[in-house]
Amino acid sequence: MAEQLESTLDSVDEAENKVLQAAESAGFGEEDLHKIGMAVRECMVNAVVHGNRYNGRKKVFLGIDATADRLTIIIRDEGEGFDVNSLPDPLAEENLLRQSGRGLLLIQAFMDEFQIQRVEPKGTEVRMVKYLAKAS
Amino acid sequence: MSVKLTTRQVGDVTVIDAVGRITLGEGASTFRDEIRNLAAKGNQKLLLNLGEVTYIDSSGIGELVSGYTTVTNHGGQLKLLGLTKRVKDLLQITKLYTVFEVFDDEAQGVRSFS
Repeated sequence: MAEQLESTLDSVDEAENKVLQAAESAGFGEEDLHKIGMAVRECMVNAVVHGNRYNGRKKVFLGIDATADRLTIIIRDEGEGFDVNSLPDPLAEENLLRQSGRGLLLIQAFMDEFQIQRVEPKGTEVRMVKYLAKAS
Repeated sequence: MSVKLTTRQVGDVTVIDAVGRITLGEGASTFRDEIRNLAAKGNQKLLLNLGEVTYIDSSGIGELVSGYTTVTNHGGQLKLLGLTKRVKDLLQITKLYTVFEVFDDEAQGVRSFS
């Protein structure tokens, strides 16, 4: 069941806290909790700032599912969506000094699975998974 | 808690001690303003001590890069000191280890400017 959050930066903290509670209960260690928390923050910032653009009429939906071996997090916004393939590669030499564009790179580095897709009628949904078996 | 910055002079090097979090919002803007201010005042040798920084997100990383560019454009240098393992990991993931000069030892960092 997805939880509905406002398009504000306070929701970033709220989502991080909720996910970390679930992750801690599921048995993840400190280092993995840091990685999961960071991935959630980056994803929530994308949803609030770039997706919903702080629009009070648009919501962010947070789903958390903890099972014996994994934590699955789904974050969906109601923004216009974007083509992930059109984003500049933040690791390309010519982009290293760009101020922004590293959020998705960090999410992918910190989580075991990461999928991003457009949803109808509009919005972007990110699904990310961390496996407990791989916990440090 | 966002970031708290204090500056001190070691010879002609300005050491910036950062404590807290450099994240989207107040932390990142505090950091940006301080670096711009120091560069505009003609400080050209800046050593940023991140030893007490507990958290940096992608916005914070963006501000590090922006600070680097600002100082370089003013003819100066911004170098990093005392990275925690987590910040080192971030610089490696983002390939920024190839951009910044990084030191574990303050005296060594200060000497590197001469």
